[in-house]
Amino acid sequence: MDNQMKKGLLDVCVLAAIKSEDSYGYKIIKDMKPYIELSESTLYTILKRLENADMLTVRTAEHGGRLRKYYRITDAGRKRIEDFKMEWNEIMAIYRFVTREDEEDE
Amino acid sequence: MNKQKFLAKLRAGLSGLKQKEIKEHLAFYSEMIDDRMEEGLSEEAAVSAIGSVDDIVEQIMVDNLLDECSKVKRVSKTLAIVLLILGSPLWVSLLAAAFAVLLAAMITIWSVILSLWSGFAALAASSLVCMAAGSVFACYGNGAAGLATIGAGLVCAGLSVFAFCGCRAVTGGSWLFTKKVAGSMKKYFFSRKGDVQ
Repeated sequence: MDNQMKKGLLDVCVLAAIKSEDSYGYKIIKDMKPYIELSESTLYTILKRLENADMLTVRTAEHGGRLRKYYRITDAGRKRIEDFKMEWNEIMAIYRFVTREDEEDE
Repeated sequence: MNKQKFLAKLRAGLSGLKQKEIKEHLAFYSEMIDDRMEEGLSEEAAVSAIGSVDDIVEQIMVDNLLDECSKVKRVSKTLAIVLLILGSPLWVSLLAAAFAVLLAAMITIWSVILSLWSGFAALAASSLVCMAAGSVFACYGNGAAGLATIGAGLVCAGLSVFAFCGCRAVTGGSWLFTKKVAGSMKKYFFSRKGDVQ
């Protein structure tokens, strides 16, 4: 898959993983696992990118005698998900057009 | 490998980064190992589930490099804007001069067209006046002068028909030319980047 496209899709996946409640790194990876495999280093990069883009906020809280970082989606992050849904309709329209051409060729 | 060794190896691998960044990476991976251990994995198993330190270091370094590249790109974009602003006394005046020359050429062309149409109007008016005056002369007994004036009026009418055709052709051509010039200027200034053409 095109790298830029994959990057954008993974960003939206991570935002979707924290959409309904605040979450932490390992839980995000676990929640995404049935759909998409994500390594820790990839997740770190995505979280940093989303934080810099103000799509999520980070807070540190104590958990079981140690510190754990929790990620919360912002309004900009929710808007990104909504934009993705709209973009997806366009992508599907393009896909239908491309595959229709294939069918005609066959 | 236990957690302590893993983090020490990671720290050594990331030694080229800023201290703050190293600390953030170590905290992130430490949390990941702890969360796995909390789920029941042994320390060794939790560490090996994270993957090889070398791979992690490699990806962090690549991401860091890409980040730096995009920063350089942003800086060069800013530099271009700064240069554009600093150079504005030169390029704005040159652009204004070019625009003025173009405008002057357009005004000249359209002035010539206006004078051609004036010529046509003069011929048409003369033909009407000559024919009216000729008729008056003829009616009041000066037949020869009347006929001559009516003849002159007819000549003027004929010439005005030719003049009308000429003026129409010249105006049409100039209008197309003006539209083309305005179109290319609009294209040059307003659709340089990002437009699907």
